[in-house]
Amino acid sequence: MAIGEPMKIRAALAGDQTEVKVLMNHEMETGQRKDAQGQTIPAWFIQSVMATWNGKAVLSAQWGTAIAKNPFLSFKFKGGAKGDKILIHWVDSRGDQRTDEAVIA
Amino acid sequence: MDRGRRKALKSGGGLTLATLLAAAGWLPPGRAQAEGWNKSAFEAHSLGESVKALGGSDPVQSKDIEFFQTPEIAENGAVVPVGVTSRIPKTESIAILIEKNPNMLAAVFDIPPGTEPALSTRVKMAQTSNVYALVKADGRYYVAAKEIKVTLGGCGG
Amino acid sequence: MTRLSWLAALAGMACASLASAQTSTTDEIAKYRAALQDGNPAELWEARGEALWKAKRGPKQVTFEGCDVGKGPGVVKGAYAELPRYFADADRVMDLETRLVWCMVRLQGYSEADAKKNPFGNGSDKRSDLEALTAYVTSESRGVKMNVALGHPKEVEAYRVGEKLFYYRGGTHDFACATCHGEDGKRIRLQDLPNLMKTEGAQKAYTTWPAYRVSQGELRTFEWRLYDCFRQQRFPELVYDSDAAIALTTYLAHNANGGVYDGPGIKR
Repeated sequence: MAIGEPMKIRAALAGDQTEVKVLMNHEMETGQRKDAQGQTIPAWFIQSVMATWNGKAVLSAQWGTAIAKNPFLSFKFKGGAKGDKILIHWVDSRGDQRTDEAVIA
Repeated sequence: MDRGRRKALKSGGGLTLATLLAAAGWLPPGRAQAEGWNKSAFEAHSLGESVKALGGSDPVQSKDIEFFQTPEIAENGAVVPVGVTSRIPKTESIAILIEKNPNMLAAVFDIPPGTEPALSTRVKMAQTSNVYALVKADGRYYVAAKEIKVTLGGCGG
Repeated sequence: MTRLSWLAALAGMACASLASAQTSTTDEIAKYRAALQDGNPAELWEARGEALWKAKRGPKQVTFEGCDVGKGPGVVKGAYAELPRYFADADRVMDLETRLVWCMVRLQGYSEADAKKNPFGNGSDKRSDLEALTAYVTSESRGVKMNVALGHPKEVEAYRVGEKLFYYRGGTHDFACATCHGEDGKRIRLQDLPNLMKTEGAQKAYTTWPAYRVSQGELRTFEWRLYDCFRQQRFPELVYDSDAAIALTTYLAHNANGGVYDGPGIKR
């Protein structure tokens, strides 16, 4: 079940490498804030991220609550051609997950 | 997943998304947290504890780890850009830790062969603090530090 | 060297290092702002706004594609650079946010209360459609020069009222907009305050709203910016889509004419 709003993924060729930039839609709640009634807002954050290129893993990560809200990520890998598929997948602390894809421009 | 996409992924390289996810230990929705998430590492309070929880020890200071596009002063601690690049051969992972945050470890990135050991993201900082970039390369740990000042903002912008 | 020249040299060095310390703080903050530009979460609002613009919504199940924001029904390209403007069908000068509410009511059949219910969002449970729509429409003016005309008598009137409001001192602290924004070289803590009395300051300030406000974790519009200024001045609440908000916006937008619109931006 994909939840929330789509990520913005940009993948572009840079020499013999592909540069990927991702903007994700997520509250990344630390679990330390309180709401207007003084109740603690429970932690809710992306814990695992994986990026693949034509099915091959090019990055994987574990995140904690200190990654900023609406996370941004940028990385590069060797290879890639116009039209190749980049897939980004995350799982959060509620067990929700989301996959979005883009093609290399 | 619709059949068309599944077919496309299958023909894309032999590995379906489902296989990849299963191999990485991702869970179907509804479970409490991502499997394989290193809880003890993310709850450690010191550099030593964090490295130990990540499976290493005694990181060596290295000039071959650099911060890029990482400002010295953050106008707001909610969003602080941090970029790390490692020139150490066989870099396998890069972790970002923030000394004065309630929990030090912000993120660990695993770098497969072919991926550049350089990435950037944005972190939250509770206050002015040292930011550590911890690199695992060829089974050993290396570290570099940079102080980032966090300011209390004015009202505008 | 004589004693005097030693002292002069020392004083010179001290001054130089103080000046360079101050410059480097400004430089470092500029670097922080520059680093944020690459990957602006405002894009997430722009995408949501575009989807909302094209979706059938409201009791009448109609899209925004019949909505005229100044350049004809459904035309978004370059529209924000010409707002606020007079709309004959409403017999009123309107800014973008007021016009979006107008279209929600007239085209989509919402009640005015429902349309204005949630102008400033808060987290993923309380998203504001108006913020998303504003992000989308303004993004379609990126690169366009500000060109707010004062052709209709009501547009001139709005400008004049806005100008009066800009200088109007009130509230518990006797602040006016001009108190903070009427002179060069003012700042609050580490934030330099733009001098909105000068063209350069007015252009730089107006062309970067709406913006993803890092400290809010949300995309905030120009009406929000005015609302928040009023709050900080300890003024009575600035009502959303009010004549006062539109007048101030007209004054500031027109003063920014000639500036290239560069929003949605990203700010502290």
